[in-house]
Amino acid sequence: MRTVTVVGASLSGLYAARELRAQGFDGRLVIVGEEPHRPYDRPPLSKDFLTGRAGEDRLALTDAEETAGLDAEWLLGVRARGLDARGRTVLLDDGRAVSTDGVVVATGASARHLPGDGLAGVHTLRTLDDARALRAELTRGPRRVVVIGGGFIGAETASSCAALGHTVTVVEAAPLPLVPQLGTEMAAVCATLHRREGAELVTGASVAALRGTGVVTAVTLSDGRSLPADVVIVGIGATPSTAWLAGSALVLNDGVVCDDGCVTSLPQVVAAGDVARVGGTRAEHWTSATEQPRVAVTNLLAGRTVEYARTLPYFWSDQYGARLQFAGRRREGDTVRIVEGETADGVPADDGFLARYERDGRTTAVLSVDRPRAFMRARRELARETERTWPTDGPARPAGDRDRTAGDRVRPAVL
Amino acid sequence: MIPVCRLEDLPKGGSTRVGTSPPIAVFHTDDGDLYAIDDTCSHQDASLSEGWLEGCLVECPLHAASFDLRTGRPTCLPARRPVRTHRVSVHEGVVHVHLAAEEGSAA
Ligand SMILES: Cc1cc2nc3c(=O)[nH]c(=O)nc-3n(C[C@H](O)[C@H](O)[C@H](O)COP(=O)(O)OP(=O)(O)OC[C@H]3O[C@@H](n4cnc5c(N)ncnc54)[C@H](O)[C@@H]3O)c2cc1C
Ligand code: FES
Repeated sequence: MRTVTVVGASLSGLYAARELRAQGFDGRLVIVGEEPHRPYDRPPLSKDFLTGRAGEDRLALTDAEETAGLDAEWLLGVRARGLDARGRTVLLDDGRAVSTDGVVVATGASARHLPGDGLAGVHTLRTLDDARALRAELTRGPRRVVVIGGGFIGAETASSCAALGHTVTVVEAAPLPLVPQLGTEMAAVCATLHRREGAELVTGASVAALRGTGVVTAVTLSDGRSLPADVVIVGIGATPSTAWLAGSALVLNDGVVCDDGCVTSLPQVVAAGDVARVGGTRAEHWTSATEQPRVAVTNLLAGRTVEYARTLPYFWSDQYGARLQFAGRRREGDTVRIVEGETADGVPADDGFLARYERDGRTTAVLSVDRPRAFMRARRELARETERTWPTDGPARPAGDRDRTAGDRVRPAVL
Repeated sequence: MIPVCRLEDLPKGGSTRVGTSPPIAVFHTDDGDLYAIDDTCSHQDASLSEGWLEGCLVECPLHAASFDLRTGRPTCLPARRPVRTHRVSVHEGVVHVHLAAEEGSAA
């Protein structure tokens, strides 16, 4: 393999580039990124960056020394718009074409929008530019902020806005936010966090329209209520960035469909991170985006699937002064019990708790609020268990075989 | 020199956090050695005293960067910068930390 092209210059793309060099690839390495910025970390955008506790210098994922060591051609500020049927040419928006022997698809996901969200004052939060714009608006004095969507990004953004002293209302379509991720009982506990910093949570309410001429002034709900707003943040999830792959030979189904080793239907094309549906599931978590590239690159260089990405899903979230950590695969009907710490009247106690999700006497997942040590122990046990019982049923299933399952797909909470 | 706790209250494999500014994490390894490093992970914002101790390495409880207690250097990503190390001594059964800055030897 003489040339490898990584499409997407963010978390997964950078980790893939590192792995390529670490695993001995010494050919031409091209990295294509739509954003003009060098790779930066997204999780702080909704947390310390929005509140001003961390500046842009803290977001950088790499430095000049490492960049030099990677010896890559960085094509930044340009979008890939196509991949030919054999996966040997990446077409760029500016008309250029990159001939390549291998491709790593790491284009991540982009924020979902609402119809009519072109009004000033309406924001999404996915990119550094999004965060800069929102931060600029939030530093101009007290605002009435309406956050649409009570998922992780919504809750974190609402929490940051509340910490900055704004009046915050969170609108969630479901009766409770985070049910798909945490299940009803734990979702109910975590929903109480909104009250901690005085944010209002409106549930079971879907958005009918964003009002205003030029500038947003209110959010109307389908039950007729109107919430006055100076700033609206649309946090209704993200869609995998696969549009540029239309017409290629890759199988697309809510992400790029891959086998258990991140290999697509073309052996010289692998995918990793938010864009990849690996072995039937797609995760939008920082840890998968940093772990999958190693396996993807190993298999890319081997020319076939020789390793599986069998890691245990893990994510964390910081909101309202609490740190949530979750690991494992929870399913509908799992029972959940708090095994350490407690909740007081359904609210997490100050020193937090650890909860286990169980099925047939086995732990399927663990959740902690402000109990990192206990969580770490439980996560390790679970990882060991998963490793032990991971499919013993032969080789990795081919891509496309299992792409019909809804998997971990989370539907947008509103509209 | 900051008194931390009695040695018998910090068993092997244990760790504790000293509420200095910035806070410091003190570890007692399974081999019986004592080490102190800055408690806040150099990557983002997690307390290393809550981390996973294995030999002379501690793994951060948030994104699993690992630090060598002897040097403060990260041994894997995502951390890229070292944390400061501090000298530890035991006087009359009490564990003490000697701040790196006080000794002019920031690691
Ligand atoms: C605000 C925010 C907070 C988060 N907080 C947490 C958290 O607390 N915990 C957690 O586990 N996860 C969190 N996440 C999720 C985590 O950041 C993502 O899982 C991770 O960024 C995925 O990395 P990626 O490289 O796959 O995709 P991305 O980070 O989305 O990067 C994809 C890159 O590809 C580029 N691109 C897209 N299409 C093209 C194209 N056609 N051509 C060229 N380039 C293209 C994009 O511009 C982008 O830069 C958060 C995400 C956000 C947005
Ligand atoms: S905060 Fe320690 S590894 Fe990220």
